[in-house]
Amino acid sequence: MPCYAKESIDKYRSQQPHDGLSNVEDTSAAGLNGSPTADERDYRFVEKRELNSLIALLRADAFRVLGPRVEDAAIVYDELESLEDLPQGYVETQSPGRYRIEKGDHENFFQFTVSPNSWKQFLFPARVSLARAKKDRDGWSFAEGDDLQQDADGRREKLAFVGVRACELAAIAIQDRVFLEGPYVDPVYQRRRESTFIVAVNCTTAADTCFCTSTDSGPKCRQGFDLSMTELPHGFLLEAGSQVGGSYLEKLESRPANPSEIESGFRLEQQAVQQIRKQLDTHDLRDLLLNNLDHPHWDQVATRCLSCTNCTMVCPTCFCSSVHDVADLSGDNVERIRQWDSCFNLDFSYTKGGTVRDNTRSRYRQWLTHKLGSWQDQFDSLGCVGCGRCITWCPVGIDLTEEVQAIRVKPTSKRTLSTPVEPAVATCVVKDEDD
Amino acid sequence: MGSNVSQLDSNRDRRHSAWVTYPATVTRMVQECADVFTYDLHFDDPVTAEQFDFQPGQFNMLYVPGIGESAISIAGWAKDGQGLRHTIRSVGNVTDAIARGGVGMSLGIRGPFGSHWPIEHLTQAKSPLDVVVVAGGIGLAPLRSLIEFMIEHRSQIGNVDLLLGARSPQDFLYREDWDRWTEHGIRIALTVDRADRSWQGHLGVITLLLEQMTIPDPAHTLLMTCGPEVMMRYVGGVGAEKQIALEDIWLTLERNMNCAIGLCGHCQLGPEFICKDGPVLRYGRVRQWLRVQDL
Repeated sequence: MPCYAKESIDKYRSQQPHDGLSNVEDTSAAGLNGSPTADERDYRFVEKRELNSLIALLRADAFRVLGPRVEDAAIVYDELESLEDLPQGYVETQSPGRYRIEKGDHENFFQFTVSPNSWKQFLFPARVSLARAKKDRDGWSFAEGDDLQQDADGRREKLAFVGVRACELAAIAIQDRVFLEGPYVDPVYQRRRESTFIVAVNCTTAADTCFCTSTDSGPKCRQGFDLSMTELPHGFLLEAGSQVGGSYLEKLESRPANPSEIESGFRLEQQAVQQIRKQLDTHDLRDLLLNNLDHPHWDQVATRCLSCTNCTMVCPTCFCSSVHDVADLSGDNVERIRQWDSCFNLDFSYTKGGTVRDNTRSRYRQWLTHKLGSWQDQFDSLGCVGCGRCITWCPVGIDLTEEVQAIRVKPTSKRTLSTPVEPAVATCVVKDEDD
Repeated sequence: MGSNVSQLDSNRDRRHSAWVTYPATVTRMVQECADVFTYDLHFDDPVTAEQFDFQPGQFNMLYVPGIGESAISIAGWAKDGQGLRHTIRSVGNVTDAIARGGVGMSLGIRGPFGSHWPIEHLTQAKSPLDVVVVAGGIGLAPLRSLIEFMIEHRSQIGNVDLLLGARSPQDFLYREDWDRWTEHGIRIALTVDRADRSWQGHLGVITLLLEQMTIPDPAHTLLMTCGPEVMMRYVGGVGAEKQIALEDIWLTLERNMNCAIGLCGHCQLGPEFICKDGPVLRYGRVRQWLRVQDL
């Protein structure tokens, strides 16, 4: 299976400024077939029902088609069988600690932003079987877990994501870097990612919690998709981002978009930009946070934070996990299960000498300074794509942009990174637990 | 069940196969002190045994199925040179299970992982470097393979001082190795936190020993340390006071290591993944993080 969107994601990434600062207009954004500017893009217009044909084509090609649908009073990502499954006519409201959807006065399929789900749950599933152990007379033997084994005929499940937002494309690009481009590759992520077809959708509206313009990750989908859509009142503007995407586009009943349709799409994209109110000042963000690890504001956040892990569960880039053993009753057959974990869990930093981060202050600090600070050292980008999920789904409505701002307006910076303080030898006391 | 041999023989490089676990058996178990044992482990599969190699300072994930994994530094090769040696304090579910299992126990090994002591600096130096090794308690375990390496390359290395600290005179590790180390010109100095009547040596924290030491040529001296984190911070501080460059002071850190390949997030210290960027790191690289409480 070719790695469709991966190639274009690489291009997208190469254009991403490392500090998320730049507002430089992307001039080379394109699929695999060249680098047209925005005016030269080859937009096709399709009627809305053609999206149904696309879903059917993908399903006929053995893709498991996933997209937004309404469940439990929220828009979630789950299997799509047809256009009927999409949340047509819905509008959402999001604010710190609050999420509601309701029927609006429109017939659009994608007039909302991001949901409690992210595509992470399909590429980096919350629970996978990594390995197995089996005991016999000769002792233990080990094998790959279910999620690493090939199907009997060597095929893999192919995933098609329909309705991927620009911030989510950026999040996938970030997780690609974490799981595929370091000294070690995550085999579960790799095999899922390599067979994923991505249909992106440009946001035409923004939630109060959105701030992708600050992190330079949206709302326009620029790279990393096979197809992208802009939803107009009476149809979709489609654009191919890869050759495979283009081959599907050819199979749809489409015509070249006329200038007024392209203009209409552009205006809708601008509408989303204008609706974004929230801002995260990313200037010198890494140094600001890492120079203020002893800032009193961390104590203040800790009085509100419940350490519930919600922000890390909904975050599309958070990648922490733990492996646990699950044995059968005999104890001779053991499965190694990897599950999402969170730096907000007490056990997360447990060592036999003690738990490193045994209070909420240090755990919130770890999350925020990693996401916005040390992530840049590790992966050369912010770990945040401005989707706002952590703000919406925080039960007490903690807003990371406000926490950063609280430190920015009054940094302590008593000690800077360049002048760490040597410990005073005279007060040296060796603790008892010497391991 | 899949065959580990075929997994090893396949063309998948280590980048893709970090979760492959190799079966091994405990072949020797020696009690070092109250709750610390040294184990020799042999891979069940001879091909694995032949292909396995490590650098001094790296660690393995030892796996007791049904209980879990534990990151344990590699103390060296086993007595016969075929298997591995690990020194383990029994302080948790996995380490207790290994102590209970003893000789003949079957377990799993993933590894080796992480960075190693700067042995290239020792062998590639224009003129022989002096080395000061400071070990607190079981912190000697990850330094043991370094000491053995220096013995193998003794002619290329200058003075080697080994400062050992323990809680009490009964808590020192590797006494059976000391005579051999001394014969190879390694100077050993001891100190304990709490003496008994038999103890005639130094009393007090190990940094005092280091402070009293004369370092003749700090510009050509490597300081390598392992022990409780607070001890290493002070050792680093004393080393710096003695004019050893921060780049020449090395320590090895312990954090919660779950995946051992930098993908699970547990072991972070500031920007460092201790499992992948460490565990052996330059003091100058991490001292700014070590001073921050609960980081």
